[in-house]
Amino acid sequence: MARSTYVYVSYIRTTPEKLWSALTDPEFMQQYWFGMHCESEWTAGSPWKLVASDGQVFDAGEIVEADPPRRLVIRWQHQNKPELKAEGPSLCTMVLEQNGSAVKLSITHTVERESSKLIEAVSGGWPKVISNLKSLLETGSIAVLEAYPAKG
Amino acid sequence: MAERPGDNLLFRALADPSRRKLLDLLHAHDGRTLNDLCEHLEMTRQGVTQHLNLLEEANLVATVRSGREKLHFLNPVPLQEIYERWIAKFERPRVKALGNLKRRLEKSDG
Repeated sequence: MARSTYVYVSYIRTTPEKLWSALTDPEFMQQYWFGMHCESEWTAGSPWKLVASDGQVFDAGEIVEADPPRRLVIRWQHQNKPELKAEGPSLCTMVLEQNGSAVKLSITHTVERESSKLIEAVSGGWPKVISNLKSLLETGSIAVLEAYPAKG
Repeated sequence: MAERPGDNLLFRALADPSRRKLLDLLHAHDGRTLNDLCEHLEMTRQGVTQHLNLLEEANLVATVRSGREKLHFLNPVPLQEIYERWIAKFERPRVKALGNLKRRLEKSDG
């Protein structure tokens, strides 16, 4: 199988509508995504980008599918590091499913190549971002302050 | 910080060497089938299935259907949560220094 896939699943005690809004609202996003935020109209075919607090665009692409508050698919290409950009677009699928009093959030990130550096790079970030998102929605505060804290 | 629902399940899932081996196998190569995983463990197919079910219940393994196959993926999100709840909080530079010393001493023994 010449592809790299990572799957992240979290059960968050919230509603699909609130989670969808948390995943698409730039201001809310900055709180759990280490100051980064996405810019998009969130409709199929519209452009999408992930922007740092200083305005630098880290990733860009387009919305492939948007079915609020259930399913979001983003064509996602890194922009900042040449070796990651060269890998071409990846596909990030987010699925929100009601599960009792929680919502199951499944994020699948795939690149059509083996041992992708991009997938490796995002694999360090996603668990922290999702963990922060869960913490913020459930308790009102985040758990991790820095994406990559300096080693002491 | 309170105990969170699912914490017991999570620690129970980690408290077994075969299940930890399954997590290591998925870390080395993600998206494996049951057959593939069975080849690496000295136990019945049924045994491996039971371990995988427990890991899935604890949300450490996520499964994705691909045609007729069920692929198993390591889900690192609960591990990140354990790290934040049970490790980062207790981490001090001194503890880190002791860890480094232990590693260096044990390496020079071998």
